Amino acid sequence: MALFSGLSEKLNHIFSKLTKHGRLTELEIKTAMREVRIALLEADVNISVVKEFVSKVSERAVGQEILKNLNPTQQVIKIVNEEVIALMGSANSKLAVASTPPTVIMMAGLQGAGKTTLVGKLGMMLKKQGRKPLLVACDVYRPAAINQLKVVGEKAGCTVFEKGQGNPIKIAKEGVAHAKSYGFDTVIIDTAGRLQIDEELMKELEKIKEEVNPSEILLVVDSMTGQVAVEVADTFNKRLEVTGLVLTKLDGDTRGGATLSMKAVTGKPIKFCSVGEKLGDLEPFYPDRMANRILGMGDVLSLIEKAQEAVSEEEAKKMEKKFRENSFTLNDFLAQFETMKKMGGIKDILAMLPGMGGKMKVREENIDEKKMLSMKAVIQSMTMRERENPQIINSSRKNRIAKGSGTSVQEVNRVLKQFEQTKLMMKQMKNNRMFKF
Amino acid sequence: MGLFSKLKNVLSKTRDGISKKLSALFARDRIGEDFYEELEDILISSDVSVKTTMEIVDEIRDTAIKEKCKDKDYVLSLLKTELFETLDYADKLEVKTPAVIMIVGVNGVGKTTTIGKLANKFVKEGKSVTIAAGDTFRAAAADQLAVWADRAKVKIVKHSEGADASAVVFDAIESCKARKTDVLIIDTAGRLHVKANLMEELKKMDRVTKREYPDANYYKLIVLDATTGQNAYNQVEVFNEAVGIDGIVLTKLDGTAKGGFIVSLSYELEVPVVYVGTGEKIDDIEDFDANEFVEALF
Repeated sequence: MALFSGLSEKLNHIFSKLTKHGRLTELEIKTAMREVRIALLEADVNISVVKEFVSKVSERAVGQEILKNLNPTQQVIKIVNEEVIALMGSANSKLAVASTPPTVIMMAGLQGAGKTTLVGKLGMMLKKQGRKPLLVACDVYRPAAINQLKVVGEKAGCTVFEKGQGNPIKIAKEGVAHAKSYGFDTVIIDTAGRLQIDEELMKELEKIKEEVNPSEILLVVDSMTGQVAVEVADTFNKRLEVTGLVLTKLDGDTRGGATLSMKAVTGKPIKFCSVGEKLGDLEPFYPDRMANRILGMGDVLSLIEKAQEAVSEEEAKKMEKKFRENSFTLNDFLAQFETMKKMGGIKDILAMLPGMGGKMKVREENIDEKKMLSMKAVIQSMTMRERENPQIINSSRKNRIAKGSGTSVQEVNRVLKQFEQTKLMMKQMKNNRMFKF
Repeated sequence: MGLFSKLKNVLSKTRDGISKKLSALFARDRIGEDFYEELEDILISSDVSVKTTMEIVDEIRDTAIKEKCKDKDYVLSLLKTELFETLDYADKLEVKTPAVIMIVGVNGVGKTTTIGKLANKFVKEGKSVTIAAGDTFRAAAADQLAVWADRAKVKIVKHSEGADASAVVFDAIESCKARKTDVLIIDTAGRLHVKANLMEELKKMDRVTKREYPDANYYKLIVLDATTGQNAYNQVEVFNEAVGIDGIVLTKLDGTAKGGFIVSLSYELEVPVVYVGTGEKIDDIEDFDANEFVEALF
């Protein structure tokens, strides 16, 4: 998919005829806004939200003087970006705590949004923060939902309160009472997935809310949701007055425009993002990063932050020098594996880079994380001289390396090819103007 | 309630949405650029992709201009025809026994529920069915499937959580061969299509199936959630690349979601929609019919 970085390119094309400096004309803005509109729609932002947004941005852009350091494309993107971030609201908000424990957190959402898994993730996160959460199983409809929560709870090291397929309103109430008498300071209530138009089940949620008086009602939403996101969020919010949104399955390649729609229609903060299948894969929400993702400009900020965590400044400088001098060796390649591991794996990194969307798929086949281990073994079976001068690796050396690493000559060849590709990629990145943007 | 009226009932929510917008649109006099732009908006708000929408609307605009047509109703019939032809290009997928049906898709789209419904459907058609609990990853997935197997009164082959999914497939195939079972339905763990290692696992299950049961008619169906947006396209594309997709099951069409992305999918990837999930009960599955779908839309 050529969605990523598409907007910048299209805008560049539109503005290519424009003289360097001057004011943006109405016609230019109109043409540019058509592309902005398409980009947002392709990202699944709801159409009415898009319209409102585009008219607001046009207003701001028309007649604006082009800033010294920016070209028109950058100028428009800057405005669009700022407006998207503004719409997305302030940075991550914390969970409310009840003045008298237990703090009750209630989940709501459509079927398959990922509520049960999220209950486990949230439980584990709170436990790490020193709290004592009780997970309450109120999804009595979906077959084996209770079992699923029990398994997830056990993995998260949290106690699960369940009463089988009973009345969910009663179970919720008993769960809170149980927490009070046994010293749990937080109660997380899992509920059944339901359609926002299912009157009976929506009433049930209202009743649970009435009974347990939750400090937080989190609407759990699949980040891949399309145009209907507006209606779902609006209905749940009107019925329950949700306190926040949680996005799930953000580890996929969705642009996540639904986030913008839901934020626009409910005005409620997005509290967390679920970014993987492991129970630790829960992150706070960063509006600026999400804006970049929706606009297809890559999550450069996240990448920079992750890189900072994983690589010390000194190391980074050293690496940069190597790129510049093109003296990148297999030893550096090996060191990179470690860095990548710290940064959350190559897939995450590639996904965050602008312009990498299309190429990502191909590369991923080659750089599977499991394969990384065997690649490491291959490099570690090379002598230091071989690692510094890979061109000396002839077939008899390859044989030895294959034996030493318990792999095959093909595997050794693959690693060498991979190394060359990486080297090339680095070179391209260095020259790529998108990084100067 | 007949098949048609039931689907129509479900789709009426979709229809209400679209036709309300359409009639508002048609109430205005002139066919100008605004008219076509709004036509685009209507399709887009049903989750038809921007690209497909533009292509379809452009085609209709060209035809209308060529025929010097100013009649809005005629333009609408052009749109209907175009949508119908887009959705109906492919041969209908018919399940011939002995059959293996592998169900794939991302997390939370309704794979397990779909399998329960399909099993029940085949049993009602007088076929014998076995289910393979190939989702050995998600907590309690096999338990959930066992409940459905029980409801549909079919045999289930399952291993413990964390077991090798391909081993489950192997055992299920052995059992089906020995008992001469008509249909084997294989559940797979939900996986985001961007996870290379999980896609490799799926490929392995696919290889095992082909190798161990070459005589079976083998179908791979992807389950898509009607509430999904443009990402549905990426999902089908990647799963198709990995194992080859024969058809789509569109679930959760009982809400207000329009599932318009199937238009783009048929248009761009040529994968037919085979079944439609219309509710939470075991009977809530129907054959997809492009004509009904388009008719019910307007």
